[in-house]
Amino acid sequence: MYDIGKIHLARSVRDAIAALSADPGAHVVCGGSDVLIKIREGKLAGCSLVSINGLKELAGVALEEDGTIVIGPATTFADVTRSPIIARHAPALGGAVDQAGGPQLRNVGTIGGNLCNGATSADSAATLLTLNARLTITGPDGRRETALEAFYEGPGRVRLAHGELLTAIRIERRDYEGFGGHYIKYAQRNAMDIATLGCAVHVRLSEDKRAVEQYRLAFGVAAPTPVRCRGVEARVNGRPLTEKTLERIGEWALEEVTPRTSWRASREFRVQLVKTLSRRATERAILNAGGAAI
Amino acid sequence: MAVGKSVGRVDAYEKVTGRALYTEDMAPQGALVARVVRATIANGRVKGFDLAAALGVPGVVKIVTCFDVPEIDFPTAGHPWSTDTGHQDIADRRLLNRRVRVYGDDIAAIIAEDMVAASRAARLIRVEYEEYPPFTAIEQALDEHVTRLHDFAPGNVLKATEYRFGEGTFEAACEGSVVLTKDYRVQTVQHCHLELPVSFAYMEKGRVVVVSSTQIPHIVRRVVGQALGIPWGKVRVIKPYIGGGFGNKQDVLYEPLNAFLTMRVGGRPVRLELTREETMASTRVRHAMNLTIASAARPDGKLVGRKLVGYSNQGGYASHGHAIISNTASGFRHLYESQVIEARVSTVYTNIAAGGAMRGYGIPQIIFALESHMDDLALRLHMDPLALRRMNAMRPGYRDPGTGITALSSGLMACLDKGERHIRWAEKRKAYANQTGDVRRGVGMAMFSYKTGVHPISLEMASCRMLLNEDGSMQLQVGATEIGQGADTVLTQMAAESTGIPMEQVHIVSVQDTDVSPFDFGAYASRQTYVTGMAVKRTGAIFRQKILSYAAKMLDCPAEKLSLADGRVLDADGNVLLPLEALATEAVYSLKHAATHITAEASYQCEDNTFSFGCCFAEIEVDIPVGKLRVVDIINVHDSGVLINPKLAEAQVHGGMSMGLGYGLSEQLLYSEKGMPLNDNLLDYKLPTAMDTPELTVSFVETVDPTGPFGNKALGEPPAIPVAPAVRNALLHATGVAVDSLPLTPQKLVEHFMDAGLIDP
Repeated sequence: MYDIGKIHLARSVRDAIAALSADPGAHVVCGGSDVLIKIREGKLAGCSLVSINGLKELAGVALEEDGTIVIGPATTFADVTRSPIIARHAPALGGAVDQAGGPQLRNVGTIGGNLCNGATSADSAATLLTLNARLTITGPDGRRETALEAFYEGPGRVRLAHGELLTAIRIERRDYEGFGGHYIKYAQRNAMDIATLGCAVHVRLSEDKRAVEQYRLAFGVAAPTPVRCRGVEARVNGRPLTEKTLERIGEWALEEVTPRTSWRASREFRVQLVKTLSRRATERAILNAGGAAI
Repeated sequence: MAVGKSVGRVDAYEKVTGRALYTEDMAPQGALVARVVRATIANGRVKGFDLAAALGVPGVVKIVTCFDVPEIDFPTAGHPWSTDTGHQDIADRRLLNRRVRVYGDDIAAIIAEDMVAASRAARLIRVEYEEYPPFTAIEQALDEHVTRLHDFAPGNVLKATEYRFGEGTFEAACEGSVVLTKDYRVQTVQHCHLELPVSFAYMEKGRVVVVSSTQIPHIVRRVVGQALGIPWGKVRVIKPYIGGGFGNKQDVLYEPLNAFLTMRVGGRPVRLELTREETMASTRVRHAMNLTIASAARPDGKLVGRKLVGYSNQGGYASHGHAIISNTASGFRHLYESQVIEARVSTVYTNIAAGGAMRGYGIPQIIFALESHMDDLALRLHMDPLALRRMNAMRPGYRDPGTGITALSSGLMACLDKGERHIRWAEKRKAYANQTGDVRRGVGMAMFSYKTGVHPISLEMASCRMLLNEDGSMQLQVGATEIGQGADTVLTQMAAESTGIPMEQVHIVSVQDTDVSPFDFGAYASRQTYVTGMAVKRTGAIFRQKILSYAAKMLDCPAEKLSLADGRVLDADGNVLLPLEALATEAVYSLKHAATHITAEASYQCEDNTFSFGCCFAEIEVDIPVGKLRVVDIINVHDSGVLINPKLAEAQVHGGMSMGLGYGLSEQLLYSEKGMPLNDNLLDYKLPTAMDTPELTVSFVETVDPTGPFGNKALGEPPAIPVAPAVRNALLHATGVAVDSLPLTPQKLVEHFMDAGLIDP
């Protein structure tokens, strides 16, 4: 039995925004896999909800004429993985969200909820960061667009004003075409678990596949929010694909992450994972980008 | 022959179609709900409550606090009651407690029309406490500066015991020997049964009825009577199908409080179901222990002296108390023989959840320590660990000096042979001896012995009733409980075997109702096929004799010349004289012979015990830089005597191995310094999922035990026992790194690998 004060089942994005604007205390619920837990824990007991669950205009994956991938935020993890567009153009993303929770969670949890929840452990976030994902946000006064990287404010906090809704996740052609990617979710269990560390890489190689043209690295749980490692990227771009390059990536990454000790894992352990997984994810991404094993 | 066949479970269709009724399914419409109000400190005293706001929540019916309950301390352990006051379980808690000893302790209860109202009220209750510094670890509890949790336990020691058997002293045995002394630590874990503790209670004709998900309905009846201070006969306990217990429900949990609450609202039905968080934080756990083992061995490996010093973390309440580490100490004694053996063990109160019964009852703890130690000793002696075990293992005919339990049948050596062949021991021990690189493999093993039931430590008794229906079928009633392990099925097989009535004509009554069911102590100690099995066998013999006597009257021939097989009365030559159906109809409706209802009932006091045995062999692969251990191949081999139902036996072993893997690799209940549970949920408590579970191989060595009703001995608990040390020893083989505590989590492994220089810091 969930202690829900009231719920408005929105009929459209506009209706949802109006309902939110009219109720300053209301929370948005979509798949419910985060919100219902908070209600059960008592943190949101008696709350007012505006549900965007089932809104067709927010669900599904589409390819625009210019090659931009548009993911509706209410698309479930399972539908992202199953999308032929994702499988063809951004398979690392489909693979990443396929590691969230278990099958039941992936059939209700949505990729937009995963981002708006603001958790550093979100399984979609690191990979979307390495795809330079941009977010369309709709509010009472119209639409605005922001980079995902700029969306995160702090642990559990995103730049979304009350009354605003995330309405699209966009990935431009230049950010996926020719790239190979890989995401490693490191957790204690192989399913139904939260990441101890998440590491995503997307890489595009030179024409002869011997050098890195563009390298992108991001982590979850290595800082209060998911984080891109732009310093590492700048140092790796243009380098030849050698053992030495790979060796340095983990060390450089340490300069840009701030893992902390909690009862779940120590800082030292997370540092070891950053070092090891960044190399391993890079190796796999290189293979996926058409490069050879080093 | 019904025994020995892999017949399908008698409850399979009911369970997979969802037709089987569990406690929650049976709660009457409109039952009130109860919610326990829990302390938010781990050590202290409740000084008072402010209930005003909570009482104003619509739907709240009544709030009962620790100041409103009878001043009766009662025990909760699911043990047979001892009529000897010196051996009675410790009574150290009340229905609701003013003295807070655990974070989440039961301090009040809200009765409401629904859970939303109860939860809203719970959040509005204000509690005033007097706080004392909490302590969660054994070492802290023994510090003389900490508060005493129970007045009768100075120094927070619930009890300490010791033994020494054999010639001389351990110190004397050390002379001229290779001596190894090491500390091993095992963690707190929880049972994680699927069905949460749930009960509902109501009053009927001045008596209180409690329907509960329990392993021990007859014991629950007694404890409800004790806790409420009412005659035991005024209490009726009903146990429907249950979704697992693993020992947690071998304790009386919230049934007494539930009974008390219905009495406080005029007997209206009140339902009390815990959440997963409450179950993990506030029911029972497996005891964490610190175990120091010392061994003295001749250079050729022959053990001459063995010594154990152990401490058990009891948590805030006694529950099964010192019985657990006492069993740990006796388990230490049995598996290997030596000239002298000694042990000193203590049970210590702390501010964490109470340790109680859990599958294996103190033996998984000692087998982890002991079997890790045997590999450590083998390394010291430059011996093959399997050879060291074979040299020193308990021999057939061994008689335990403490209890007199004798190894009347032993397939231990045959189990080792089978495990060794499966894992290709010699070949892989050699192949994996000197590896380099990030990913390495290893093989390891561990073995165990385990008692069957609780004689002579405690009383063993079970009973059975058989009733003949007019069509020749029978109702089988037992007090023993089906808790998922297949008791109903194997007892049905035994009833068929011992009467000659076909299995499909045996209808077991699965629900235990203390108003109707014959007496039994319940499901624990791997006892029911052994103890209740004998009660079924004996009742079956009486029942069969009564049927044959009636047949003799009908056929006008001596009963001694008749037999019953496959539902038909036969003569000495095997000719069918009478279908049982005809006899059964005649018996009830007879105009010629005396009309009678043919029934039989017997109870059986078991004064036997016997050892079952087994081992686990595991091959693992470890990814050193990230501390990930993967089990590549694993086999459990068991000697549990004759298997009543081989397929069910195999399933039992699968479940146990899964539990053992969780114990070994990932499970641990953690507490903050303030005694607050950190991971009392199934996200943060790492119970393995199907994706974490390797292919599990099971094999048996079938011996025939002379004391078992059909040659059978313990199987319920043993499969969980040898897995963790086998995996730990395989890791030692793979890396040379000995990890002496559980679980083998990735972070712990990485720390050990860094210390050992396998990972550059």
